[in-house]
Amino acid sequence: MATRQTQFLARSLLTPAVGLLFIWMIVPLGLTIYFSTLHYSLLDPGSESFVGLENFRYFLTDPAFLASLQNTLVLVGSVLALTILLGIPLALLMDQPVIGRNFVRLMVIAPFFVMPTVSALVWKNLLMHPVSGLFAWLASLFGLTPIDWFNDVPLFAVILIVTWQWLPFATLILLTALQSLDEEQKEAAEMDGASAVSTFIYITLPHLARPITVVILIETIFLLTVFAEIFVTTGGGPGLQTTNIAFLIYSQALIQFDVGSASAGGLVAVVIANIVAFFLVRIVGRNLEA
Amino acid sequence: MGQITLQGVQKSFGPVHIIKGADLEIADGSFVVFVGPSGCGKTTLLRLIAGLEDVSGGKILIDGKNVVDTPPAKRGLSMVFQSYALYPHMSVRGNIGFGLKMAGLPKDEINRKVEAAAATLNLTPYLDRKPRELSGGQRQRVAIGRAIVREPKAFLFDEPLSNLDAALRVQMRIEVTRLQKQLGTTAIYVTHDQVEAMTMADKIVVLNGGKIEQYGSPLELYERPANLFVAGFIGSPKMNFVTGEPALQKGAATIGVRPEHLKIERDGGGGWQGTIAVAEHLGSDTFLYVDAGALGMLTARYIGELSLHGGDRVSLMPDPARIHRFDESGNALRG
Repeated sequence: MATRQTQFLARSLLTPAVGLLFIWMIVPLGLTIYFSTLHYSLLDPGSESFVGLENFRYFLTDPAFLASLQNTLVLVGSVLALTILLGIPLALLMDQPVIGRNFVRLMVIAPFFVMPTVSALVWKNLLMHPVSGLFAWLASLFGLTPIDWFNDVPLFAVILIVTWQWLPFATLILLTALQSLDEEQKEAAEMDGASAVSTFIYITLPHLARPITVVILIETIFLLTVFAEIFVTTGGGPGLQTTNIAFLIYSQALIQFDVGSASAGGLVAVVIANIVAFFLVRIVGRNLEA
Repeated sequence: MGQITLQGVQKSFGPVHIIKGADLEIADGSFVVFVGPSGCGKTTLLRLIAGLEDVSGGKILIDGKNVVDTPPAKRGLSMVFQSYALYPHMSVRGNIGFGLKMAGLPKDEINRKVEAAAATLNLTPYLDRKPRELSGGQRQRVAIGRAIVREPKAFLFDEPLSNLDAALRVQMRIEVTRLQKQLGTTAIYVTHDQVEAMTMADKIVVLNGGKIEQYGSPLELYERPANLFVAGFIGSPKMNFVTGEPALQKGAATIGVRPEHLKIERDGGGGWQGTIAVAEHLGSDTFLYVDAGALGMLTARYIGELSLHGGDRVSLMPDPARIHRFDESGNALRG
């Protein structure tokens, strides 16, 4: 890209793609901003009227908003913590030379390829069902009362399902990082008299700082918008116990048919995602430097 | 103290025998170099002594104690790796002091020792830098600092200079040798570079195919190579080997003459006749690569400048006192 001609060529070749992406982004955003200023109910067609910021006031003062914001943060935080805390030991185990290592890796990665609706259905009907589920059967083997997951601990149940889906991703990223750790560094630590635990704390964990950051940033993007798992299992309930921001916007638009308020919610969600991203980059982003 | 003895040490990876029984006696305070072509097992032998690999047979004695079942850290050795293996997220201070920290020494004692080691190696201004902010030579010194700070019984060096450029390599070679003499600690040094071996070693171990070919001082190896392999490996340019009639006259299967022991005369003199294929003029030396017909290519070295060029006819006269004789199996004949 040194000469003026190649720069011009590069720009002209990039323009259609960038333009398409821009349209793809700006049209929905513009429409959402427009709808968010309207009184726009699908139950009352033809009555659209400009209401200014009324939709935002309505969405933000709705008690469901604070509850769902809290649920969103708890869901994201718990899944992040669980995938990393479980992902590190799993990656360490999979880094050991064992027979059938490739097969084990394939099996561990498999959940990532199951679509969210399917895995949520499997968890709901085959594993967590209070009567016919596997967990209920296990509990009854030990003479315990089966847990009714989606009624007694609904948010925790959703967290478990989402964790199961994202654990392979975290494990995979951490495993590749482990494999890039210089063997001579571990040997140097061994010569220096470091125990396995010290080697992990002083050599392996600092080496994993960067991939952990990557896992946190990427997972956060997707976890802020978890929807299918909630829709399939609890439908946001009981009450508002598993309603996150994404699900709240859905229910505004397609349960209460209030497009205006849902659009305002969508814009609020964009702002929240940016706030979260800002803090994340401040906290963990420095690991990505150098 | 750092006396290391190997008794019949063997190592195999599955069916492949890497070390086929090595016996060696390394005196306290000496600088021993393992040298050999790649794949000869020199690094494996070093790693066996370090404890990074388990022996398949035999004994390794450090100060008379068999250490084959002792973990690396307890053997009292320290190692400098080829890639330096510095801990990238720790400062120079952290890198040098890591072993002491693992040994549970109090902080102020660690600091005192680290600073002393850094002063020896001229690293004091860099103590708070990270390895990536250092040059190759400085990283090398940090790796050495990490080794000396623990006051080990012996240093193990695994081709430590191979990542440095030529000028720096010569400088570090001198620094390492001087440091070792100053500390008086036993050192085992692995290299494939015979010049490094000749210049640094008190004693050289020449390895080939997992076997020790010869063990002796650099000049012993130069003057009395035990076999064809050692004769060809030690010395630069390589020794000339001649078979056939001239060898039979001396009662040997092969005779060897070093390039510096061939007297060069213009055509018509006695000795081996040939045509110069290439002449290299270095100013201080002149190297002639001579096509000597049935005798093959011969290399001759002349100290100083000699105005001969490609295509010139010369005759090469071997110094009779400096001819090495070898039997059919390649072992040296004496007397």
